[in-house]
Amino acid sequence: MGYLDGFKVTLRQMFRPDVTRQYPEEKRPKPERFHGRHVLNRYEDGMEKCIGCELCAGVCPARCIHVRGADNPPDHPVAPGERYGYVYEINYLRCIHCDLCVEACPTEAITESKLFEFSFTNRADAIYTKDELLVDDDGMPRQLPWEDWRPGEEQHTSAWVRATSPSGVAAYEGQVQWSAELGFGVRPPEQGQAAELPADGSGDAEAEG
Amino acid sequence: MGDPLFRDGVDGAVLLIVVVKAAVVFGALLVAVLFMIWFERKVIADMHSRIGPNRAGPFGILQTLADGIKLFFKEDLLPEQADRRVFRLAPYLSIVPAFLAFAVVPVGGAISVAGHDTILQLADPPIGVLFLLAMSAVAVYGVMLAGWSSGSKYPLLGAVRASAQMVSYEAALGLSTATVVLESGSLSTAAIVADQAVWRWNLVSLGFVPFVIFVIAATAELNRPPFDLVEAEQELVGGFHTEYSSVRFALFFLAEFMNTITMSAIVVTLFLGGPSGPEIDFLPSLWPVVWFLLKVLAFLFGYVWLRATLPRFRYDQLMDLGWKKLIPLSLGWLLLIAAIRIGEDRDWSFALTFFGGLAALAVAWALLQVAVRVGRQAAEVPPTPAPAPEEVSA
Repeated sequence: MGYLDGFKVTLRQMFRPDVTRQYPEEKRPKPERFHGRHVLNRYEDGMEKCIGCELCAGVCPARCIHVRGADNPPDHPVAPGERYGYVYEINYLRCIHCDLCVEACPTEAITESKLFEFSFTNRADAIYTKDELLVDDDGMPRQLPWEDWRPGEEQHTSAWVRATSPSGVAAYEGQVQWSAELGFGVRPPEQGQAAELPADGSGDAEAEG
Repeated sequence: MGDPLFRDGVDGAVLLIVVVKAAVVFGALLVAVLFMIWFERKVIADMHSRIGPNRAGPFGILQTLADGIKLFFKEDLLPEQADRRVFRLAPYLSIVPAFLAFAVVPVGGAISVAGHDTILQLADPPIGVLFLLAMSAVAVYGVMLAGWSSGSKYPLLGAVRASAQMVSYEAALGLSTATVVLESGSLSTAAIVADQAVWRWNLVSLGFVPFVIFVIAATAELNRPPFDLVEAEQELVGGFHTEYSSVRFALFFLAEFMNTITMSAIVVTLFLGGPSGPEIDFLPSLWPVVWFLLKVLAFLFGYVWLRATLPRFRYDQLMDLGWKKLIPLSLGWLLLIAAIRIGEDRDWSFALTFFGGLAALAVAWALLQVAVRVGRQAAEVPPTPAPAPEEVSA
C-alpha cells in the first residue's frame, strides 16, 4: 500500500516484546569480557599474589595505579617470595578499564571483576587503596558502601586472563597456566577462542620458535 | 432544538445545573488530558518497543500528575526582551478556546436531573459549528502572540510557521465542515448529531472525502505530527513556547493536549454520529457516553499512531498540501454535495448529477494543475544580468 506500510510497522511493533529492562531491579547478564573494577587476588593459602613489581603502574596508560613494593617481613611474609605490594592504589577517576595492568601482571595478582556500579561522592573515595582492592578471606571482593551489587555478582571475573592462550600462541589454547585463587581454586579456561588449527600442525612451529 | 433545560425559564435550580455541568466538563477535560498524555506516552513507547512511564502509580498513570506538580514548582521566567503583558496573556488565549470548544460537543443523550430534563452537552448554541471554528481561530492568537511576545528568534520563527499553517488549514477545515452543515441543515452540533442518529453517519453519507480532509486539516490545526513544524525541536528548540517555563509552559502543554481531545470529539460529532451507537436496554443513558468515549479514544490512538509513524512534513510540502490539494478538493466536494442536494430537490437523476459533478471537478482539477504550472513557470524567470554599476553621479 506504499504510503500506509509504515502504519503497519508501528502497529506490529506494539505487539512485540519490549526491550527495556527495569535496570536497578533487574540486571542483564554482563558480557564475557566486561571490565569492571579491579581486585587484588590471593593464593589459596591466603598469601597475596602481588609482588610489588610495579609493571601494572608502568603499563597503565591513564597513570592511575600507584604501587610501592617492600621486602617481606621474614617472620610473617605477606606474599611468597622476596617482596610484596606495600602500597597499592588505583584512582578510579582516571582508570579507563583497559585491562593492560591485568595483561602486564606476571602473577595474575590483579584482575578485573565485573562490578561497575560504584558511585562515590568525593575524590578520596575514588582512590581505592590496597585494603579495598584486596579480596577478603573468602577470596571475594570487598563491598564498599557506595558500591551496588547483588549476591552472586562478585563471583564474576573478567574472562580475559582465562580466554587467551599463554604467550598469545594459539597452540596452547585451553591449557591452564595460571595459579589457583583463594575462594575459586584453579579457574577453568574459557573455551572456543582459537580458530581451527591447520591439520599439518604448522601452528606449533610458531610456538616452538 | 436547544437544551430542554431552559424551556420553562431560568430559576436557581437550572442555574445550579448549568454550573455543575460546566464544572464537570472542566474537571473531566483536565482528567482526560492527564489520561491522554499518559496514553500517548504508553502507546508510543509500545510502538518503540519500550515500556514508557511505569513508576508513578499503577502503570505509571500518575506520571502526568507528577510532571505537572514538578512544573508548578519551577521558576517562572520572564525574558527581559518579552512584551510582558502579551507574554502573560498568550497561554490563556491558548487554553481558554480549548476548553470552550468542548462546551458545544454533545457527549451523550438527554438525562433528567431533579425534575429537569437536560442534554449531556454544556451548551447548544444555534451557531455551534461556527463557534467551534471561531475557537480554533482564536487558538492561533495564543500561539502567535506567545512567539511574538517572547522577544526571541526561535519562538518568533515557530509562531510565524504556526500562524501560516493554522490559517492555511483553517480554510480546508471550514470547507469540509460546510459540507456537514449542508447535509444536516443546521449549525447546531446537537442537530448535526441528531441528523446522523443511528448509522446515518456523515462519514459515509458525505462520501469519506470531507472526513479525510477534516482529519488532515485538524491534525495540522493541532500542530501534531506530521504537521508539527511549529515546534520542530530539531530546528526551533521548542517553537513558540521556547521561552516559557513553569506554569505558563504547563498551560501550553495542557492546551495542546486538550485541543487534541477536543478536536477528536469534534470529528466524532461531525462525522461519526457523536454519541450514537447500538442501544442497550441496561442503563440506557450511559451507553451513548460510552460510545462517544470509545470513538474519541479511537481518534486519540490514531493521533498517537500518526506521530509514531510519519516523519515531519517540509514547510513547502505543508503549504502545497494545504493550498493546492486540500482547499481545492474540499471546495470541489462542497460544490458536488450542494449539486446533489439541489438534484434531490428537483428530481434529477442521482447518477447523472454525481458523475456529471465528478467530471466537472476533474476538469476543474486539470485547469488548476495547468494554472499551477503556468504560475510556476512565470515564477522561474531567468536571472536577469546584473545591472552595470551605476556611475556615481554628482
